[in-house]
Amino acid sequence: MNLSAIRELSLFRLKRAITLGIKSLWMHKLRSFLTALGIVFGVASVIAMLAIGEGASYEAQQQIKDLGSQNIILESVKPTNTTTAGEQERSLILEYGLTYRDIAQIQATVPGVEVTIPSRKVKDFLWNVSNSVDGVALGTVSWFPTMKNRELVRGRFFTEMEMKGRSPVCVLTESLARNLFPLDEPIGQTVRMKNSYFRVVGVIEDDSAIAAAAESELEGGGDSSEGMEMMIPISTLEDHFGEVLFKYRSGSFEAEKVEFHEVTARIEQPEQVMPAALAIQHILETNHDEVDYKMTVPLDLLQRAERTKQIFNIVLGSIAAISLLVGGIGIMNIMLATVTERTREIGIRRALGAKKKDIVFQFLIETVILSGAGGLLGVGVGIAIPLAVTHFADMVTVIQFWAPTIAFTISVMIGILFGIYPAVRAADMNPVEALRHE
Amino acid sequence: MPDRGLASSTAAVSPPQSDPVIELRGVEKHYQMGPTLVKALRRIDLKIFPGDYISILGPSGCGKSTMLNILGCLDQPSIGDYFLDGVDVSELPDDELSQVRGKKLGFIFQSYNLIQQLSVVENIEVPLYYQGMPEKESREIAAELAKKVGLGERLDHRPTELSGGQQQRVAIARALSNDPSVILADEATGNLDSKSGSDILEIFDELNEDGKTLIMITHDEGMADRTPRVIRLKDGEIAFDTYRDPPQ
Repeated sequence: MNLSAIRELSLFRLKRAITLGIKSLWMHKLRSFLTALGIVFGVASVIAMLAIGEGASYEAQQQIKDLGSQNIILESVKPTNTTTAGEQERSLILEYGLTYRDIAQIQATVPGVEVTIPSRKVKDFLWNVSNSVDGVALGTVSWFPTMKNRELVRGRFFTEMEMKGRSPVCVLTESLARNLFPLDEPIGQTVRMKNSYFRVVGVIEDDSAIAAAAESELEGGGDSSEGMEMMIPISTLEDHFGEVLFKYRSGSFEAEKVEFHEVTARIEQPEQVMPAALAIQHILETNHDEVDYKMTVPLDLLQRAERTKQIFNIVLGSIAAISLLVGGIGIMNIMLATVTERTREIGIRRALGAKKKDIVFQFLIETVILSGAGGLLGVGVGIAIPLAVTHFADMVTVIQFWAPTIAFTISVMIGILFGIYPAVRAADMNPVEALRHE
Repeated sequence: MPDRGLASSTAAVSPPQSDPVIELRGVEKHYQMGPTLVKALRRIDLKIFPGDYISILGPSGCGKSTMLNILGCLDQPSIGDYFLDGVDVSELPDDELSQVRGKKLGFIFQSYNLIQQLSVVENIEVPLYYQGMPEKESREIAAELAKKVGLGERLDHRPTELSGGQQQRVAIARALSNDPSVILADEATGNLDSKSGSDILEIFDELNEDGKTLIMITHDEGMADRTPRVIRLKDGEIAFDTYRDPPQ
């Protein structure tokens, strides 16, 4: 007999063994279904949890990536430190934050710094005739959208010419545009802050990343002015609002001088980001007596998020392994009972010429069908759950093609692993005694 | 034991027409039951020739079942040799013994022993399946045999949908499917009413007329009048073995 004939024979045997296995399992439909259910839940939970977890981390990573993985973001923070508070109170004007000196030093000494995007903020009411919103005037540079990965929804960003010419033009964020101009087209209209007027030239998409990052860092994002930004050339901001900001809040008077509220440094090479961050940190530590700045390194966040995801995956993997193990034990338990129940059938088959390995094969196939069917059903349920979650809870879920494949493969392997013992026990029965079994 | 009017009362076997299909030489079967050694079969010398139609009779506990197990290659003798079609099977390994059962022996049991999840035709096919015969061929043979035992219309029925007599006929068809050298029937009519029982026995008679070798193990004394050769066991030994003249 040549090889292909043997292969054909074994293929035909496999096909008939599967048919037989299905018939035997079909005799006890409910029992088979309940047995497979353990695997169904195991496999479904693996796939669903992975998809939801992957979706969550995908969202987080996307937000971090939106910040720009080659960027280092520096922000001015009002110092909470009270050691020098007395001094500052006397001077009336609170001076803090990033300075021209910092930026100049960073640009001059830190290797790989390509461009910086400085920005200053003025918080006040923004007016469209009688319609007002508590917002922020953000003075920045013309290359802001490219560096920050933000797209313009309508119109254009202000140009370098307008920046140099200190033009009173502005670009609104989407949510600000919606609030200020609920009905009209904002482009070409005028927005007022304090006593200055700015012409709207474009609308830029909202910065979901910063909002989410701020939230995740527990800074309390309950500010109504959050995201309500009007972007104007930084030179224009200086012209119109000066260097010192005055605030009148609930009867008290406050003046602060901040040279830059935010500076984003872009690093040429990704591998230079971490060393550059250390260098910048060092410069700032030298220049500032107190910590009146905050440094965010998206790449660092990204790496940390990836580590978190790894831990998450290990935990998920362990849960999945345990649930599949429990499912496998359930299958083995039922198969042992089945073998005992079908002792007589085993005896008959042995009398009619079945070898031990035929019996092993028969019961192993049955177990594998059980676990494989459970696995398949589990894949179906496991794919349906994330889809439902996306549909109803509006959460991003990511089903990676390997997750169902691996989950199904494992379920089949569980069938083999936990099927061997019952199958071998069936085959090892003495045919005489098996035939006598009632 | 009464003679029951048999033609010859000698213990010797008369017509050795050809080579025996079964030959037992000094076969013994011992069981260890606690501290005592039970000899279920003792000094069995036996030749069975092709075309023989034999009843093995005896009271319970005489070693009939042990005899059946050994003849059926389900068990092996403790001492002695068993030649089946000239091959010594007394010390074959398990796999080869399965092969021998599947190729050369047909079993008919008292309680039919059909496989419940399989249909009539699938039950008949089982021995062929273990011989590795392709389904197309075996299906044909099985359908043919089902027709032969009068179940041609019930190929797809389940055993539970059949009467006892019908089930036993499926079992006969199954025993015939691999064209065995010897058919072993263990109390084949024991669970049947007298009408179905005699139908089954008629099938056996026909099979023997077709030249099949049949060994019936029974405690039914009526069988002694039916089969040309009768073997009586007593305390694990052959007490009586003879051919009587076939009924005219």
